[in-house]
Formats: sequence, structure tokens, C-alpha cells
Amino acid sequence: MRSLFLLLWRNNFTLLFLFLWTICFYLIIRNNNFQQVSVFNSTNKISASVLEAVNYIKEYINLKENNASLARENARLKSLLPDAYYENGVVKTIIADSARSQQYSFITSRVVNNSVNRRNNYLTLDKGSLHGVKKDMGVISSSGVVGIVKDVSQHYCTVMSVLHKNTRISTRFKNSNYFGSLVWDGSDSKIASLLEVPKHVKFNNGDTLVTTVYSTIFPEGIMVGIVSGSELKPGDNFYAIKVRLSTNFANLSHVYIVDNLLKSEQLGLEAQTISTDDN
Amino acid sequence: MITELLVFLFRFLILILVQVVVLNNVQFSGFINPFVYIMFIMMLPVRMPKTFLLLAAFITGLVVDVFSNTMGMHAAACVFMAYVRPSVLRIMAPRDGYETESSPSAKELGFTWFLIYAATLTFVHHFILFYIEVFRFSEFFTTLLRILLSSVATLLTIMISQYLFGKPINEK
Repeated sequence: MRSLFLLLWRNNFTLLFLFLWTICFYLIIRNNNFQQVSVFNSTNKISASVLEAVNYIKEYINLKENNASLARENARLKSLLPDAYYENGVVKTIIADSARSQQYSFITSRVVNNSVNRRNNYLTLDKGSLHGVKKDMGVISSSGVVGIVKDVSQHYCTVMSVLHKNTRISTRFKNSNYFGSLVWDGSDSKIASLLEVPKHVKFNNGDTLVTTVYSTIFPEGIMVGIVSGSELKPGDNFYAIKVRLSTNFANLSHVYIVDNLLKSEQLGLEAQTISTDDN
Repeated sequence: MITELLVFLFRFLILILVQVVVLNNVQFSGFINPFVYIMFIMMLPVRMPKTFLLLAAFITGLVVDVFSNTMGMHAAACVFMAYVRPSVLRIMAPRDGYETESSPSAKELGFTWFLIYAATLTFVHHFILFYIEVFRFSEFFTTLLRILLSSVATLLTIMISQYLFGKPINEK
């Protein structure tokens, strides 16, 4: 017994090293799988406020660009208002609209932390559970898809950006209904790949890609990017398509969090179908 | 003793701030990412007890992790680097040993010595960090390239800051 203690004591350096590494890997694995829980929430509040201060300065630097992009979007939205249309018809029927109900609502948010140069990139937004943000909501910007909400604290949420090895976004061609999944290969923040498009599909460089209706995360038809090249290896049944992303991740500052109001209904129904199928 | 402690604390704060506020926001072509804060662990005193060294590295890594949303990754890389450091120091010991109070720096032990020392530890740190981040071998060579380029960037920043800051070279 004594010699055991002696052995442990003599190797305390290595043991402490192994102990600390275990903690590190525990943190890494837990952070990849589960919600961040209580312990790190307060520290995250501190770090988020520092990052917010940094961002405050960065926002000033990018003010001109942001104004321009917001003005562009305002112009686009104004063009969609009823006032912007010339009324061609003479007879106008007004129907109390019970035929439609709202499916998506949007929460505007500022980006307080962002990265594009890691293999797995995250954004931090300044809206959290107090504002109704929940895990797995989609995030879009005025130019296209941004990512998926991963963790939520009271005032902030972190977003797994498209530039992350685990993000897959169901994407289709705008002019045909063929779809595939969009992944990022980790080299260039402007380029992603579209996989699983079968080889009989016809498309051209420059075709627009948008989100599909299959995901409960994003509304259908949100811009993803533009086909910038493709390759079909002999013997392969699927194209490898290069996509120029429409979102410029390097200077994101204002984004929208998408709340799908019918999501729980759809998922609940699907889960029910699968569970009754099992019996 | 107290002043030395303060010097280390000050260096810790400055390096972490520079890393989090400036360098984490700098993007060189999406490939290169200098991590200058590891200089803090490199420059801890030679005679520091090894267990404290590990704990200091762990805390340093953890603080950077909290700020860059990479829970545990920097900590793991830093702890490994601190684990390797005593062996590197032993192999690179000058003929008549280290001075009792010395801490590794370009000014005390010379440019070439520090360059080799820093390069070894930087590479070890980046190797662990990048592979933990990617966590798969299918992108082995892309990752290796990123490691090498980032190591060079980190090393360059460290060597420059060795001569820009700190006490002027004092003739003993």
C-alpha cells in the first residue's frame, strides 16, 4: 500500500496532467452534445459583455456598409408593400383572411461575436430566452442562410453557423425541385459544397440555390447561394457541386432568428406516426 | 516576489486581452490564426513547480475557451504544452544550467535558443488544438497545412513581441 502511494506521489505530474485532460475532454464532449448548463452561464455573461463592447466598436467601423445593406433591404421590403403596386383590376374583393395563418415570425438580432476562420464556427447573438429564442431555430440574414441556434441563455444565444462541420442544410435548385444537402469543407468561408444531387439532374453554373420545405428550421425559398462549379467523378452517382454562399459571413451584423410557429405541431405529428408504426 | 507575481498577472491579462479582442477577430485568408497568448505559458519561470505549471496552463486555456466558444479545446492544448515543457527545457538546457530565477525569454537566453524553444512548443500546442477541433482524420493534410501556417504566424507574433515589450536588455 505504501509503495502504491509512493508510486502515485512520484508520478503526480503525469497524473495531474491526465486528470486535467480528462476535464478538458469532458468539457469538449459535453459542449458538443448538450446544452451548456448553469456552471458556465455566469462566465459566459462576462465574456459576452466584453465581446459586446468589442462589437460596439466594430459596428462603428462597418456602419456605412451596414446602412447600405439595411437601406437596400428596406427598399426591397417597400417594393413588396401593397402601396407599391399599381392596381390593374377595377373590382376589388376583400376577403377576411381565414385562409392563411402565420407560420413564421422573425426576431431581429445583432451579432456580438463571430468567426469564420476555424473548422467549426459559431456566432453569438444578443437575443435569448427572454426574447423567445429556442434551441434549433434557424437564423437568416438579409442575404441568405446563416445557421442554427445551438445554445440559449437569458440574453444571448449561440448559433452554429453554416461554416461548421456538423451543419447540413437541405437545399434545392430554385428552378427545379431537385435537392441535396449543403455542407462546408472547412477551407474557404465563401464556398460550400452541395452533396447528394443525383447525376441525371440538369443545372448550370450560376443557378440559384434556396432552402427546401423539408426542414422545419428555415422557411422555404431562403437564398443559400449560387452554383459556381461542379464535378462528376466517373462511376459516381452524385455530383459534387461547389456553391458560392450568398451570405458574407465575415461581416455579418444584423440577422433574423426564425420562429416556426407550426414546428412543434409538425414534429409531434411525425413522432406520433413513427411511434404508432413501431407497434 | 510580489512584484514578479504582479508582472506575470499583468502579462496574463494583456496577452488574453490581445488574443480575445484583437487576434480572434483578425482573419488572414481564413487559414491562419495566430494564438499569441501561449507565450504566457512559455515565459513562466524555469523553476516553477510542475504542478503549478499545469494548473496555470489549464486556467489560461480555459479563459481563452470561454471567450472564443471552444469549451475545453484551448485548455487541452495548453495543458499538453505545459506537460511537454519541462522535457523541452531539460533537453535544451545550456551547458551550465539555468539561472535560478530565470524565465525563458529571447533576452535572457538568446534569439536562436528562444526561437527553437518557442517553435517546438507552438507546434505542439497547435497540433493538439487543431486536431481536437477537426476531430477526424479525413482532412489530415489540410489540417496539417493550417497547423504549419498558423504556427509560423504565432511564432512571428511571439518573436516580435519579445523585442517590442518588456524590460530593456539589462547588462548584468
